Amino acid sequence: MLQFFNVPRRDLLTFLAFSAVVLAMPLWLSPLGAAYPGLMQKFAIYAIFALGFNILFGLTGYLSFGHAAFVGVGSYTAVWSFKLLTMDVLPAMVFAVVVAGGFSLVIGYLSLRRSGIYFSILTLAFAQMCYSLAYSVLTPITNGETSLQLTLRDPRIIDTALAPRGEGLPSASILGHVFSGVEGFYFCAVMLIVGFFISQKIFSSPFGMMLRAIKSNQVRMNYTGFNTRPYALTAFVISGMYAGLAGALLAVTDPLAGAERMQWTASGEVVLMTILGGVGTLIGPVIGAWLIKYFENIFSAFNEQVLHRVFDWVPDGLEDIVVLITSKFVGEGWHLTLGLLFVLIVVFLPGGVMEGVRRIAGLFGRRGKPSSGAAMRVQPAE
Amino acid sequence: MEALLAQLLNGLDKGGAYALIALGLTLVFGTLGVVNFAHGALFMLGAFCAVAFRQLITLESITIDPDQLSPWGTPLEIKTPLAQTWFGEWGSFIVEYSVPLSIVFAIPVMLLIGIAMERGLIKHFYKRPHAEQILVTFGLAIVLQEVVKAIFGANPISQPMPSALQGAADVGSWLGLAPNMVTYPWWRLTYFVFSIGVLSAVFAFLRFTTFGMVVRAGMVDRETVGILGINIGRRFTIMFGIAAVVAGLAGVMYTPLVPPNYHLGMDFLVLSFVVVVVGGMGSLPGAVAAGFLLGILQSFASMNEVKSILPGIDQIIIYLTAVVILLVRPRGLLGRRGVMES
Repeated sequence: MLQFFNVPRRDLLTFLAFSAVVLAMPLWLSPLGAAYPGLMQKFAIYAIFALGFNILFGLTGYLSFGHAAFVGVGSYTAVWSFKLLTMDVLPAMVFAVVVAGGFSLVIGYLSLRRSGIYFSILTLAFAQMCYSLAYSVLTPITNGETSLQLTLRDPRIIDTALAPRGEGLPSASILGHVFSGVEGFYFCAVMLIVGFFISQKIFSSPFGMMLRAIKSNQVRMNYTGFNTRPYALTAFVISGMYAGLAGALLAVTDPLAGAERMQWTASGEVVLMTILGGVGTLIGPVIGAWLIKYFENIFSAFNEQVLHRVFDWVPDGLEDIVVLITSKFVGEGWHLTLGLLFVLIVVFLPGGVMEGVRRIAGLFGRRGKPSSGAAMRVQPAE
Repeated sequence: MEALLAQLLNGLDKGGAYALIALGLTLVFGTLGVVNFAHGALFMLGAFCAVAFRQLITLESITIDPDQLSPWGTPLEIKTPLAQTWFGEWGSFIVEYSVPLSIVFAIPVMLLIGIAMERGLIKHFYKRPHAEQILVTFGLAIVLQEVVKAIFGANPISQPMPSALQGAADVGSWLGLAPNMVTYPWWRLTYFVFSIGVLSAVFAFLRFTTFGMVVRAGMVDRETVGILGINIGRRFTIMFGIAAVVAGLAGVMYTPLVPPNYHLGMDFLVLSFVVVVVGGMGSLPGAVAAGFLLGILQSFASMNEVKSILPGIDQIIIYLTAVVILLVRPRGLLGRRGVMES
């Protein structure tokens, strides 16, 4: 067990720096106007989702278009645990991770029999099936369009056995302590740090090396006598569990689970986060998730008044034109910005933000290796 | 028996739409080797060609007639479509048949959009991995649909069909069944016939013209065709334009069935990818066959008799078929050897 925590000094430094940055989020986000708990929780949760997705896509190169299904499964499981057993988050999270892991085991086992675009389509098909079923036939379990939520008539067996029922709807708690305000964020942040630690261990382990080998040349691996499928399946299940944990945390911060979390656009979003940050890098996906969630919240809140204030310094006649043009890119239209950003990143910077950082570092310090950008390219598993 | 026939008919028009989109996707993949996630957006753009055309011809000139009064005492405003003032009887005919006529408008527009897309963006992605192609075209699809949303708004805009084609055809009586047992809306019948027409036109073009022959040769062995001194790249670009036109036409004619909104393309994209994969990546007849097959399967699955045995099957039948086919027959129905395989 001690062996597990024995990390090289360099990794330890990265880990400590990462933890410090995450825990200090309320400090450095307040000048950026994003330091309210709801948004910071989202930062932490989607970072967990992207971290897990990166273990599959970044290391093995298998591009899954169905990971949102596991988030949805995690959310439903957590809310059911709230409804049936207890409002404590620990069992909810354990159940969510286990159930999401089970789902990903089945879906991964079937999907990994094919590679390349066929794998993508298979995962997409499974996720769409989960989504459609959650909306239609499984309504007794998922509550369909109205979303699964807590009610006053929930049994909550353990809670009612320990204490008399209180008035109103209970909220999520940990070992009897009810989350309030920023505590919910710190809980998600601690989960993110744990997730990051595990991801770091996987990256530096022989297992991670095996996954990278699958990405660079699966055929050669097979010829040398390795059966790659169990390794890929393990990666798939691990990333499914991360997604389940993210889903559970979404339910912890807001005990509500809807089927739209499983839609394929949600799967596309996590792909986007990973790409934007840098596929196959340790920290890239986290940065990607933060950037996208940040812009989603900040940009979509912009309206014409705000823009007029921003472009106050522009001459009057010009100001209206500038505001008219930029207003198409913010508020309702912020998806347009997202799409453009996405295209530009894939065209000019396939390694994402992390490659950009590395290039800039290479320009100044001459220590970065300019050729390493090519190695970070996404390779499909074919 | 009648119920089965009715469901078969119901599947045909949707199958036609799937087949048209899947054909375009397969053409692009077969010629350029690009996995185009923006193809659904092209379908949507086609649908909005019809919307734009109709908005253009129904621009109205308002004249005030001082002699007549409206019910609340103000001078009556008479709105006449400009098309009517300019072309008279012809104008009202144009307004009436705006959807089929917008085909004429959509063909050059879609051809231009397709060629611009290929030259502007997709060209740079031939040699990049499929994952990056998927990502960049996915981003492009988002951009296209957001642009449409910014111009036409987020609400669906319904397009009326010509009044001559409203109502239903009594298909049953044509086949000797009792009258009014099996009916099928005229427009959907039109759509089916139209899709068959476009499909045969594309196949005939590939089969019987020199251009088509060169393209087919290029699909088999691009390098050799290039060595023979033929500019295969330019022909492939034109094929991309043609694929865009096919998707666009499918969208134009689909507007009376489903009022188009900006995410119409995304809804069809996932399905049409499933269709392509079921048909076999890179096989044109496979894409068409799978399109109709899945359309008809979907309509059978939504029968009440089937739903009472397998609840929810109508929602997932397409994906279920895709999963089964991919696991049992990885190459799809008619896929060629060595396409997208390890």
